[in-house]
Amino acid sequence: MPLQHVYTFYRDGFRSMVVGKTLWKIIFIKLFIMFAVLKVFFFPNFLATNFSSDAERASHVLTNLTEIQEHSQLGSKQTPH
Amino acid sequence: MIENLDLSMVNWARATFALTAMYHWIFVPLTLGLSFLCAFFESIYVKTGNQQWKNLTKFWMTLFGINFAIGVATGIILEFEFGTNWSNYSWIVGDIFGAPLAIEGILAFFLEATFFAVMFFGWERVSTRMHLFSTWMVAVGSSLSALWILVANGWMQHPVGMTFNPDSARFEMHNLWEVISSPVAIGHFVHATSSGFLLASLFVVGISSWYLLRNKHKKFALRSITVACVFGLLSSIFVAFSGDEHAFITSTTQPMKLAAMEALYTGSSGAGLVAMGVPNPFKQPGDEQDSFLFKIEIPKILSLLATRDFNGFVPGIDDLLYGNTTHNIMGVDEKIGYGKQAVTALGAYKQAKKDGDTTGATAALEVFDQHRAYLGYGHLLSVEHAVPPVSLTFYAFRVMVSLGTFFILLFVLYLYLLKRGTLERNYPLLLLGVVGMFLGYVAQQAGWIVSEVGRQPWAIQDMLPVTLARSNLDTGTVMTTFFLFLLLFTALLIAELKIMTHQIAIGPEGE
Repeated sequence: MPLQHVYTFYRDGFRSMVVGKTLWKIIFIKLFIMFAVLKVFFFPNFLATNFSSDAERASHVLTNLTEIQEHSQLGSKQTPH
Repeated sequence: MIENLDLSMVNWARATFALTAMYHWIFVPLTLGLSFLCAFFESIYVKTGNQQWKNLTKFWMTLFGINFAIGVATGIILEFEFGTNWSNYSWIVGDIFGAPLAIEGILAFFLEATFFAVMFFGWERVSTRMHLFSTWMVAVGSSLSALWILVANGWMQHPVGMTFNPDSARFEMHNLWEVISSPVAIGHFVHATSSGFLLASLFVVGISSWYLLRNKHKKFALRSITVACVFGLLSSIFVAFSGDEHAFITSTTQPMKLAAMEALYTGSSGAGLVAMGVPNPFKQPGDEQDSFLFKIEIPKILSLLATRDFNGFVPGIDDLLYGNTTHNIMGVDEKIGYGKQAVTALGAYKQAKKDGDTTGATAALEVFDQHRAYLGYGHLLSVEHAVPPVSLTFYAFRVMVSLGTFFILLFVLYLYLLKRGTLERNYPLLLLGVVGMFLGYVAQQAGWIVSEVGRQPWAIQDMLPVTLARSNLDTGTVMTTFFLFLLLFTALLIAELKIMTHQIAIGPEGE
């Protein structure tokens, strides 16, 4: 059974790991911190959280894109050429 | 809304992104290069059948595995930041980034995950040739995954193959091939990956030199150095040429970045390249102060590098800001005017659509289409905001180039002494080899500073300034995540160094 071979291959591989065991621990701790702590508590998706539809999200971004800053100093310098 | 933007939030978001990207790039280039070196080492083992080459391969493969395991998924944090700190940007580029990142995910996952397991678990379980094939596939897969992310970065530096959709407020891709084959994307890819090869070669040379200095694993070290020096020399020469080509492309796609790299305020024909210098920190665009407190210049070389002509004209910061009619350069002041028309027309289009005014919407869209190329300029606070931090870009460029030149000389010297059979007795050079490993990391970071600081103020060149790319968050939230990441990444780096130094101290099997 090819699937059984694949299973045995991975099982034996994981069992024979030396440095790999420590590395896997680090990987799992890291992924836990990233996905269960950072992503959940510190990195909500701003647009997904604050708006309920794509149309609202597009409208919000468009509003930001269509407001010109008031303090523009356009042409404050003259061309030296 | 925009007039209430808190600039310090933007700066914390920038700092967080820079911190994440810089830590991420500690791991990535070594993965890119060491995977190929492992493939070379194993190829020699398969060709010669010599067990010592197998042990050598296994040793470097273990260090590769440590680096890969600690670095894996650190890039995902960048994606978290897109959604939280840079939501406008994330929304606007969703369509462009979706395809390359999806391809990366599929390719990298299947290539790396499948063959990675064979590479580490399969030494005694698969045939020699199958194992070698897997090692090569891991190397190719690593570079392929780098291709897609660098294509995305290249698009930000030179947005092609896309159209801005005023209804969805998104850039939509109309030509994937144009995005992938963009000279900026290709330039980024070849320069970044070859610099990874260079770094990995320095890494192998550095650790092997340390063994020679400690009088340990001599045969192993000399073998490793031989392969790494040949690969490193070829890579460093390629890095130099690809960097030159990249700078040439930058002169047309991002001339302001090139001007900042050279602290060139007034453009000239037959412009010289500043080999060494101290830019005047008080110099402002358009004023009469000297650009440099001190400089040593190589005549005409900048013109040659930027235009492939000794007497070609290279525009300076002032030419790009205020325009230069002689050389047909439109100034940023004029571009801001067009940009504001694009922004106003976009607003009018949005309002007309909301009101059901079809005629008004069509008219507004027509005006927008005329000026859409300058959309981002409509959001610049002033003409001078189009200038990136000049001193940082200038110094980072010189650090990168100087170290790049030093690495070529280092590899040549190593190969020369290897050939003469006196390398192991040349302690000063071996020490330089150890130091060179750390300098390799400095050069990597300097390169990205040139690339990313030099393109400010743009998140997407000419289209979206960084200040508009961000989310409407308070500073405290972003500041907190900055320190959290600092903590997390520092912990990861310490873990990497600890495990790696332990493994290096153990040394290769059978020695």
